[in-house]
Amino acid sequence: MKITVEEYGRLVGKASPHSKLLRDCLWAFLVGGGICLAGEALRKAYMAAGFVRSDAGCMTSVTLIALSAVTTALGWYHKLAAKAGAGTLVPITGFANAVVSQAIEARSEGYVTGVGAKMFQIAGPVIVYGVLASTAWGALYYFLRPWI
Amino acid sequence: MTYLWAFVVGGLICVAGQLLIDLTSITPARVLVIYVVAGVVLSALGLYDPLAEFAGAGASVPLLGFGHLLAQGVMDTVDKMGLLGALCGGFSAAAAGITASLACGVLAAAFSHSKDQN
Repeated sequence: MKITVEEYGRLVGKASPHSKLLRDCLWAFLVGGGICLAGEALRKAYMAAGFVRSDAGCMTSVTLIALSAVTTALGWYHKLAAKAGAGTLVPITGFANAVVSQAIEARSEGYVTGVGAKMFQIAGPVIVYGVLASTAWGALYYFLRPWI
Repeated sequence: MTYLWAFVVGGLICVAGQLLIDLTSITPARVLVIYVVAGVVLSALGLYDPLAEFAGAGASVPLLGFGHLLAQGVMDTVDKMGLLGALCGGFSAAAAGITASLACGVLAAAFSHSKDQN
């Protein structure tokens, strides 16, 4: 097949976002899956240690949040997130990373108007709309309950 | 076997988020909000509990699972307290995660400097 330089350029342009997309997705899959795998190992360990199912889930989240905070403070999480994208954003560790990195950034502005106010800059909306949605569902559930 | 499903399901949920970021102009902060609200909706429709049963931490660790936790918590408190439970359930279910995050945030701010992050 003979192609001109312009055609080649167009083909490259058409192909490259796809391969970037594929690479991003592969990273997100492996890292996100890896974090969930670590979570599953923790959950199994907490259940073996005698926690009931829901408490083991809570302990798993808290442990992952603490690990995320340590790696965020050391600067490792940021480096991984540059490659893994949504793989580090979507798990609960991404939520903790958002809180902790904002808190560290705001340190120079003081503890009240800096750390205290700014650490929920990204996580705040998640809590606001998550809790609002749960309240709407709770009210709906109250009225639907006799029929469920 | 649950290890494999935790990895695959968790990974796929993250890929869906990556596609949202790469293919649309939705910012990461909005992806988080969408995931939590979607988790509440899926849980309310009764679709998330089977997945959590099947994939374990693969379903509970992504933020969809946080939404699932909120929706389940609110149902528990509505059962216990009636309509008032709709106002209490979300925060009581999410309390451990939110409190752990904010405690870690304050501690990290006290013990590290912003230059360490980069």
